[in-house]
Amino acid sequence: MRYMMLIYSRESAQPLTAEEALQIREGHRVVMEEAARRGILRGCDPLAPTVLATTVRNENGKVTITDGPFAETKEQLAGYYILDCRDLDEALEWASKIPTACAGGSGCVEVRPLRNDSPVPV
Amino acid sequence: MSHDLRNVIESVFRQESGKIIAGLIRVSGSFDLAEEAMQDAFAAALVHWPEGGIPENPAAWITSTAHRKLVDYARRARTRHDKEDALAYETETSIAPENPFAHDEAMKFPDDRLRLMFTCCHPALNANAQVALTLRTLGGLTTPEIARAFLIPEPTLAQRLVRAKTKIQRARIPYEVPSPHALPERLASVQKTVYLIFNEGYAATVGDSLIRRELCAEAIRLGRTLCELMSSEPENIGLLALMLLHDSRRDARVSAEGELVTLEEQDRSLWNREQILEGRLLVDQALRMRRPGPYQLQSAIAALHAQAEKAEATDWRQIAALYERLLAIQFSTVIALNHAVAVAMGEDLEQGLSLINQLGETGTLESYYLYHAARADLLRRLGRLAEAAEAYKRALALTANAVERRYMRQRLTAIE
Repeated sequence: MRYMMLIYSRESAQPLTAEEALQIREGHRVVMEEAARRGILRGCDPLAPTVLATTVRNENGKVTITDGPFAETKEQLAGYYILDCRDLDEALEWASKIPTACAGGSGCVEVRPLRNDSPVPV
Repeated sequence: MSHDLRNVIESVFRQESGKIIAGLIRVSGSFDLAEEAMQDAFAAALVHWPEGGIPENPAAWITSTAHRKLVDYARRARTRHDKEDALAYETETSIAPENPFAHDEAMKFPDDRLRLMFTCCHPALNANAQVALTLRTLGGLTTPEIARAFLIPEPTLAQRLVRAKTKIQRARIPYEVPSPHALPERLASVQKTVYLIFNEGYAATVGDSLIRRELCAEAIRLGRTLCELMSSEPENIGLLALMLLHDSRRDARVSAEGELVTLEEQDRSLWNREQILEGRLLVDQALRMRRPGPYQLQSAIAALHAQAEKAEATDWRQIAALYERLLAIQFSTVIALNHAVAVAMGEDLEQGLSLINQLGETGTLESYYLYHAARADLLRRLGRLAEAAEAYKRALALTANAVERRYMRQRLTAIE
């Protein structure tokens, strides 16, 4: 079953040191390579920071466009993985290995099954 | 229906339903189908047993019957499927009984309760849902019973259960004992849920006392199951011992008027000797395994209290030492306060009071009622009555619990 790992990270004012950035890249490289090797990597990408985000809202045919992400929260979506896992425990284990400090302060990973893979209750 | 038959069915349900449903969930892959099959099987027992007599092994009869019900459901679902869409015939239904009749002769079924415990107490479910699901499936409590015990409306609880079961299925929370590297953390989650159930029943707050007693009994039963299924885990044994030792004081801790009676003032002849004996043996058994943990240390403390013939005979020094070890493993304000009290009782009052004052220096405990209550108690024992009264008043202002408030008012009146 495919799970999406949504990486939420703090966009702190403090930029990462070169060493920290390297460490995070290395963390992602390990996860990507290992997942690819096992044939379960279905996709992954980092996102550009939210200063580049634009939100489009279509309410009853009226389109409004605003600058910025849809919600001003402490932690912002910074990237994602899609991994094909046996069950939630395997997905959670992968999630625990994904670095979350892409843009400074550390964050969290939200694990969600893709709807089309998720069994409908009997 | 005869009285005997009703008793047999009730006792099979009480004793075996957790085990039966655990197996049915494994076979059907669904909590709901398993529940339905078990209910149908009990309904069938009501019809067949009065005529054919009570089977030699009632639980095995129920299990086999429920397995057959699952096969019926699968067949029915498949037929329905065929009519709707001929192509769907090739697709697997989510119900795939593993040769359910193979078990019939052996009358022996694997015990799946452990995986059920781990699934019900999975950290991906919220704590309330873990408790509700554990009581519903492993404990065999009904939804109205659980709702009453937790003082929540029945629909709220029902919804909570539905959500949890849906998440288990749709997010695919596995139905298995976790792998060794994840086991310690996951086992801690199971133990926590069991202890939460116990405390909900033990806390002298509000609600139907019969149901609260039932919750404690249920938690103890779950604790026993955990020990039985994972006997090499000393913390499981420690947890069971802790619950037994606390529960042994149940009849002494609330007076006939509903007042809270402190450990010191309890009528120790009301303590349950059998539970104390079992609890103490379990503490010894766990500690011999030489892997101490929080539940074992707490149970060892409870055992020391339980073996004191009268309050003055309490081995406070050893209790203080155990609290110190507990603090080294997991710091919490409550444990630190308890440690200070034990030092006060075992060494001297001044030293205990100064420990409490040290804890209070950070200012974070100002709004914590137990901090003021503990201070008040030591000040009272030291004869510093004006300061004690002041501390009792602060504690009073910080708790809404009626029983605690009455207790504190009594103390206050006594010294003023």
